[in-house]
Amino acid sequence: MSSNNRPLSPHLDVYRLPLSAMLSIVHRGTGAFLTLGTIVLVWWLMALAGGEEAFMSAQEFMGGFFGRLILFGWSFALFFHLANGIRHLIWDAGYGFEKDEVEKSSFIVLGVSGFLTFLVWIIAFSFGVGA
Amino acid sequence: MSLRSPLGQAKGLGSAKEGLHHWWAQRVTAVALIPLTIWFAFKVAILSMGDYQTVLDCIGSPWSAALIVSLIFAAFYHAALGMQVIYEDYVGHKGARIAAIMGTNLLMFLFGAAAIIAVVRIALGG
Repeated sequence: MSSNNRPLSPHLDVYRLPLSAMLSIVHRGTGAFLTLGTIVLVWWLMALAGGEEAFMSAQEFMGGFFGRLILFGWSFALFFHLANGIRHLIWDAGYGFEKDEVEKSSFIVLGVSGFLTFLVWIIAFSFGVGA
Repeated sequence: MSLRSPLGQAKGLGSAKEGLHHWWAQRVTAVALIPLTIWFAFKVAILSMGDYQTVLDCIGSPWSAALIVSLIFAAFYHAALGMQVIYEDYVGHKGARIAAIMGTNLLMFLFGAAAIIAVVRIALGG
C-alpha cells in the first residue's frame, strides 16, 4: 500500500457501506416496492367501486395477517421514500451536502419515517371509524 | 476538448432541449406527492375499520375524489419515471431494457386508468 493519504476507491467485497449509501439503495428498493404496491391500491379501489360484497372481501383480506403485513411494509416504504425524497429535493436545491449534514439527515429520515409509520398505525387502531 | 457527441458534431446541431424533461417531471410529481400521500395514508388509516357506506361516501366526496385522481396520476407517472431509471442502470441488454421500460409504462397507464375509473365511478355513485 502506498504511504500517501490519497483516497482509495472502496473495495466492495470488504467495504461496509456508510449509512447514506445504504439509505440510497433503500430509496430505490422502496420505490420499486411501492410501484408494485400500486397494484394493491388499484385492486382496493376497484373492489370499492364493485359494490359492498367485493369491498367486504377485500377488507377481510387486508385485515388479515398477510394483508396487514403487506400494508405495514407498504406504509413504512411509503414514509421512508417520502422522507428521503424530501431530502433529495433539498439536495437538488443545493443544500446539505457536507458529510456531517448528510449523516444527520440520514438519522432524521429514519426517525421521521419510523415515527409516521407508528403514528398512522396508532390512528388506524385507535381512531378508526365504524365497527 | 469539445463535449459534443460525434453525431452532434457531424450534424452541427445543438441539444434538442428535452434532456431535462424526465428529471424535471420526476421532481414535479415528487413535490405533488408530498401532501397527497400524507393526506391519503392518514385518510386510509382513519377509514381502516369503516363499513362499506362510510368508506364509499368518504372516498367519493368531490374533493376527496379529485385529490385521489391527482394522487393516482402523480404516483403512477412518478413510478414509471423511477422504474425507467432503475432499468437503465441495471438492465444491460438493450432490447430487454426497452421492453422493460415500455412494458412498465403501458402497465402504469392501464393501472392508472383503472384506478381513476374506479374513483370516478365511486364519486358518481354508479
